[in-house]
Amino acid sequence: MIKIRLFASLRENLGLSELELPASDAHTCVADVWAAVQAHCNASLNQSHVLAAVNMTYANMDALVQDGDEIAFFPPVTGG
Amino acid sequence: MRIKVQSADFDPQTEIAQMHSGAAAGAEVTFIGLVREHSDNSQILALHIEHYPGMTERELERIGAEAAARFGILDALIIHRYGPLQPTDRIVQVSVWSQHRAAAFDACRYLIDALKTRAPFWKREITPAGERWVTDCPGCRTGQAHLHG
Repeated sequence: MIKIRLFASLRENLGLSELELPASDAHTCVADVWAAVQAHCNASLNQSHVLAAVNMTYANMDALVQDGDEIAFFPPVTGG
Repeated sequence: MRIKVQSADFDPQTEIAQMHSGAAAGAEVTFIGLVREHSDNSQILALHIEHYPGMTERELERIGAEAAARFGILDALIIHRYGPLQPTDRIVQVSVWSQHRAAAFDACRYLIDALKTRAPFWKREITPAGERWVTDCPGCRTGQAHLHG
């Protein structure tokens, strides 16, 4: 399984904070996982301001995803 | 190096006293970030900070390690709060120790700038007109480029 987490305004826009999906050939990179999340939520958000992390490390949309990974999607950060 | 991500308030001097910079430090620089009372012409009634537990600590540790390698500092402390906050509350403390002042100033600046573009915290402002997510950082617009791909 891959675990997906959503934060802040992205969570609000998609109406979802967490999702689990079976690892499969359809989810081999971060962009695939993003597409799966969109499909699950019947949404089509602009990807350009979405940040991603795989196992708590920033990752690009073409980063590979494996079974057991945690993938997070969130808007630009505003801490400090 | 010490990283703390917590909801509770902190006392900067107490936190500094708990660090052991040793006899080698000739300089100590501290930055404190505070909740402002106004933002974009709106009064701020309250602030709520969301975070990604686990990744905040890891990213702050990565940023701290970069600063140590780049500036040769002796030690660093980063404390960042999450949860509900009020205007004038402390949000973040960055303290740096080095032999001489240049490295301490430079590393402190680096740490807070990097934290503001990379650490997974998100601020939600509660104003008289309603609630809104903070989407931009005026200081960041003029400074640091994004540090991640």
